[in-house]
Amino acid sequence: MMAMQQIETPQTGSPKNVQPLLRITGLTTEFRLEGGRRLQAVQDVDLDIGAGEILGLVGESGSGKSVFAQSILRLVQPPGQVVAGAIAFEGRSVMDMSARELSRWRGRDVGMIFQQPQSCLNPVRRIGWQVAEPLLLQEKLSRKAAWAGAVDLLRAVGIPAPEEKVLAYPHQLSGGQAQRVMIAIALALKPKLLIADEPTTALDVTIQAQILELLRESCRMLGTSLLLVTHDLGVVARLADRVAVMYAGRIVEEGPVETMLTAPAHPYTQGLIGAAPQLGQARGVRLKDIPGTIPDLSRLGAGCAFAPRCDARAGQNLESCTLSQPLPVSIRPRHRALCFAAKASSAVSPCEISP
Amino acid sequence: MTVPPLLEVSHLRVQYAVKTGLFGRVLDHINAVDDVSFSLQRGETLGLVGESGCGKSTLGRTVLALQKPAGGQVRLRNQDLFSLSPGELKHQRRFAQIIFQNPRSCFDPRRTLGSSVRMALDVQDMLDPSARDAAVAEIFRKVGLRPEHRQRYPHELSGGQLQRLGIARALILKPDLIVCDEPVSALDVSVQAQILNLLSDLRAELQLALIFVSHNLAVVEYIADRVAVMYYGRIVEIAPTRQLFADPQHPYTRALLSAVPSIDVARRAEPMPKLGDPPNPARLPSGCRFRSRCPMAMARCAVEDPQSVEIISGHWVACHAAAGPVGQ
Repeated sequence: MMAMQQIETPQTGSPKNVQPLLRITGLTTEFRLEGGRRLQAVQDVDLDIGAGEILGLVGESGSGKSVFAQSILRLVQPPGQVVAGAIAFEGRSVMDMSARELSRWRGRDVGMIFQQPQSCLNPVRRIGWQVAEPLLLQEKLSRKAAWAGAVDLLRAVGIPAPEEKVLAYPHQLSGGQAQRVMIAIALALKPKLLIADEPTTALDVTIQAQILELLRESCRMLGTSLLLVTHDLGVVARLADRVAVMYAGRIVEEGPVETMLTAPAHPYTQGLIGAAPQLGQARGVRLKDIPGTIPDLSRLGAGCAFAPRCDARAGQNLESCTLSQPLPVSIRPRHRALCFAAKASSAVSPCEISP
Repeated sequence: MTVPPLLEVSHLRVQYAVKTGLFGRVLDHINAVDDVSFSLQRGETLGLVGESGCGKSTLGRTVLALQKPAGGQVRLRNQDLFSLSPGELKHQRRFAQIIFQNPRSCFDPRRTLGSSVRMALDVQDMLDPSARDAAVAEIFRKVGLRPEHRQRYPHELSGGQLQRLGIARALILKPDLIVCDEPVSALDVSVQAQILNLLSDLRAELQLALIFVSHNLAVVEYIADRVAVMYYGRIVEIAPTRQLFADPQHPYTRALLSAVPSIDVARRAEPMPKLGDPPNPARLPSGCRFRSRCPMAMARCAVEDPQSVEIISGHWVACHAAAGPVGQ
């Protein structure tokens, strides 16, 4: 019965029919500033991640993508606070978990890796114990078994001579090796979801290639879903099944990776793709920059946050852009954009508005 | 006779001590720049690429005499920088300036932006003091900053605006050469494009030569006329940009190029290069330094350090396995 329903309405159904691994609705994270002003770093975000899916979350610095990732894990620290929205993980409300449930959930079901692996590892503990720790604490393995598990994990993430490397301290690792160790720790308990925040940004391109491969293969093997936060569209093109683009705290466009990169609907996504030089691109062609800079989130107006930088608005002289928030437009199945100028390629109908 | 180059670097060697003994005796060192030679014409842009730690920034700094070499020569405008007196060197610095990766860390937070830029003129004693403020106003306009920015402080500007300021400070001395050390790496793509466009406009207008240090190959392909690929202190391949990207000869260059993830989704299944981890720079392999990661390594590579060979006019490669020189 359940399986039938899933086949009938994959990805697009209401929460009752299909249950994605993670369903986020209306998530809003606010920071209180001095002087009583408020800043919404994440605004009314709806996003699903399916089981085994790789979702690329793209945005520039200050777009709110890291705060969004932290909000999912309820890691936002004061003065920040999640003020609205729901996060459902396999149907369970993350917002309602007790401290104890939360700790168990974070340890078991979700893994997280960050941009600077060296700063996440304890500098005075051998890496073997750091990899073994989740096995000791969550799996309640014996010290000996956990240590053996750490060696196996390090081998699985491609650390050479893992029997010796378990004894190493973090400063003895290269940046690429440290990131491999972080991946080993994050995947130690075979989590259902891995959140990777700019995992390869600090690495050289040759090492990046290897880490991306490792991430993809590990997730495929364990059936782990991956939320890949990055500013690099090349990384997204390489790994992601689906892409969401964030600007000024909102998901402005979301869709399957092929259409997002070849037929983007939102002027900001189009701008991002045009602004980054690509290998093999004709020389002498001027880069299409996006004028201006990202807005101050504490001083957003009533309209679309991208309007002041938007070519499409200037070109079509759209007045509504500065007056009100655009509603999601369905461009094609599973592809939506938050823009007055975006046109649906098949049916011109606005999506249902989420609560 | 051909025009003498603006910059000529020959057999440059820079060493860093990694271990010192009693009384500061150097026990172990790395060759951050190891026997590097190249020249640069007026108005030409040389891209310098390589992984972190390959010596590309050190090379850029040594060219500006910000770092003392262990050997070799740097001739700027036909003057050997390292045989000049301190006074003469200060005068020469006018002609070669630098832009850094993080503009936020290279401006005095307590100085207005106008006075930071003006200070370059004061130090070099260029122009009549009464004309200096007008020159600052002119350069602000040129890099796309507003006149009122002169009274602002660094913390009031965005990263992109600060990088424009870095460019303004370098340009105000009317240099012939600017070393750009990862100038757009800390910027977001949308702003990065603005700065790249600005640099290429200014370069054309002012006949500037650039040494553009970057780890981003796509950016270098976009901006450079010629590209040098560095690997642990050595230039392993140098060629005109189009030639290098269309027909890379050194296995390291090929690996670098194929490691850049393409935005083209159709190419996502292409295999990524498996290069292995970089060597310890103080213990480079014998013979060819790339040997330990090279898919084409052969017996000869372990014993003989490959010399740079010109395989096509202007295209030099240091590799035993690459195509032979012209006419062979």
